Amino acid sequence: MTMQPASTEIASRTAAIIQELKGLEGPLLPILHGIQEEFGHVPQDALPVIAEALNISRAEVHGVVTFYHDYRSHPAGRHVLKLCQAEACQSMGSDAIAAKLKQLLGIGFHETARDGSVTLEPVYCLGLCACAPSAMLDGEVIGRLNDEKLDEIVAEVRS
Amino acid sequence: MIPRIYIPGDSGALALGAEKVAKAIEKELADRGIEAKIVRNGSRGAYFLEPMVEVATADKGRVAYGPVKPSDVKSLFDCGFLTGGYHKRWLGAPDKIPFLAKQTRLTFARCGVINPLSLDHYKAHGGLKGLQNAVAMAPADIVKQVTESGLRGRGGAGFPTGIKWKTVLETTADRKYIVCNADEGDSGTFADRMIMEGDPFVLIEGMAIAGIATGATKGFIYIRSEYPHAVAVMRKAVEIARGAGLLGLNVLGSPNAFDMEVRVGAGAYVCGEETSLLDSLEGKRGQVRAKPPLPAHKGLFGKPTVINNVISLASVPIIMDKGAAFYKDFGMGRSRGTIPIQIAGNVKYPGLYEAAFGMTLGEIVDDIGGGTATGRPVKAVQVGGPLGAYFPRALFDTPFDYEAFAAKDGLIGHAGIVVFDDTADMLKQARFAMEFCSIESCGKCTPCRIGSTRGVEVLDRLAQSIEPEKQIALVTDLCNTMKFGSLCALGGFTPYPVMSALNHFPEDFRPTPVAEAAE
Repeated sequence: MTMQPASTEIASRTAAIIQELKGLEGPLLPILHGIQEEFGHVPQDALPVIAEALNISRAEVHGVVTFYHDYRSHPAGRHVLKLCQAEACQSMGSDAIAAKLKQLLGIGFHETARDGSVTLEPVYCLGLCACAPSAMLDGEVIGRLNDEKLDEIVAEVRS
Repeated sequence: MIPRIYIPGDSGALALGAEKVAKAIEKELADRGIEAKIVRNGSRGAYFLEPMVEVATADKGRVAYGPVKPSDVKSLFDCGFLTGGYHKRWLGAPDKIPFLAKQTRLTFARCGVINPLSLDHYKAHGGLKGLQNAVAMAPADIVKQVTESGLRGRGGAGFPTGIKWKTVLETTADRKYIVCNADEGDSGTFADRMIMEGDPFVLIEGMAIAGIATGATKGFIYIRSEYPHAVAVMRKAVEIARGAGLLGLNVLGSPNAFDMEVRVGAGAYVCGEETSLLDSLEGKRGQVRAKPPLPAHKGLFGKPTVINNVISLASVPIIMDKGAAFYKDFGMGRSRGTIPIQIAGNVKYPGLYEAAFGMTLGEIVDDIGGGTATGRPVKAVQVGGPLGAYFPRALFDTPFDYEAFAAKDGLIGHAGIVVFDDTADMLKQARFAMEFCSIESCGKCTPCRIGSTRGVEVLDRLAQSIEPEKQIALVTDLCNTMKFGSLCALGGFTPYPVMSALNHFPEDFRPTPVAEAAE
């Protein structure tokens, strides 16, 4: 299990990130990106600290966090695998790839494996439409997915 | 001369193994004790040849090899590839490869050719001439030149860029902004990504020109988070440009101030819509604004704002360099200049193909794309991303032009083309269009928020053959409501893929009922 930092610690680390980025015009998204990078997700305890610093309501911060697909409310697995499910990849069989991958990993989209090894997410376009079907594993791009590459991915996330 | 080896660092090439190839080449160089310089260029866009490695030779110019696998590297050295020697992956001079030779590269002239982060390379290949001309001109004259070039928004809407700029120029304010929409979320499109990864300075130059032309002093590039490589390259390029005096208080030593920042989105497709992008930049939920006021009057933080797509801004430097007439000479009708067509999906020769407007869809798919990758017949092509119409073969004579596509109830959008073979189920594709709209709707207007969810339900009933005629009438009516009642293109254009699938492929919408098991 991932150990959750104590709320006071979250507050102090959040405050440091805010301090660094508060001078930007429209700083909220950069701050949230910074927090997610720091904690792996956006902890609830960070929200009142942001609200206070930017002089907006906690509800507004909550509204922004929940609007965007990228911000997580819980930590992801050790690896994050994003599988493209948009049209160009569909035309090259991404449905079958998704089904196979779900079976291999034993999880569905938006789920994390029980051992915390990997989180599987759909993504709607990685801009790799000329090498479909495509995926992104921890920020690394993979094109022309096939059974062999899926096996490699599964081996990597389980290692 | 130390040999120079070009290995693309473009995401598409990386996805096909360019990094492993680079490692293998580095290792081979070390093992053989050969000194060579490795340049990580962008991609030229012929993705069926990626990773395409090029060598700059003393006598033959650049010689390309591709697609190179790490296992090819040893034999490449054995064949003397550093001097352009023959190998089974040998392609010859890259600009003679038919896919590349037939293009008209204006916006993408340098992409894949130069080191993306070398200003010297950029200048040696014609970069900065547009900006140099612009700093010596009156703002109104710059705007006039862009207007006369006939450049229209390459993001999809096709609004004349010069008119947008003129509005911002003529609006008085204490602060104005240039915002570059790099939230390229449409499936089948990757032109913005390629430019940002392969020739970032052209975008910076275009934005600086826009700033000088309109009196804006600050720019933002809003890049989607799905493009981490593009973000990294753009951030480095902005720093280099600032260090070299391209950005800052005195752009190229002129009295014009202009600086910019790279911002990263957070996974919301709707933020590609200009007003929700502005809200997102301001740190709000990316919800669509009602227009008016236009962003040109009240845009980012309520200030006059030029918001343009990457390709629109990246096309400005060549216009300011070669003149409006030069650019306008390409194209047809009211679609002037060139358009980077992105051929993707189930296609034999996928890639980016920049050409003057006016080629037919059939030429693009069959001649350039070479038909499907699976070798099966082409059934449909979706043009313009998830909000674009599905075209059947019967409409392959449609020329690539804003008006011609509109006349056939379609749009060219960001010029992405996704090819499907005859295994595609168009009812499933129509359902996906509705589903995608329901996932990505910002929720502000009812036709989009509720309509897309109801649309999925209606199409599901149709797939189960529950009163099919009634469902078809209902989805047609629903699409009409969404088209005319939505605030932005997400709800307003989702009917394009749905209705085009229904109208052009009616047989897929009347599935044979599943035979009941015998009692």
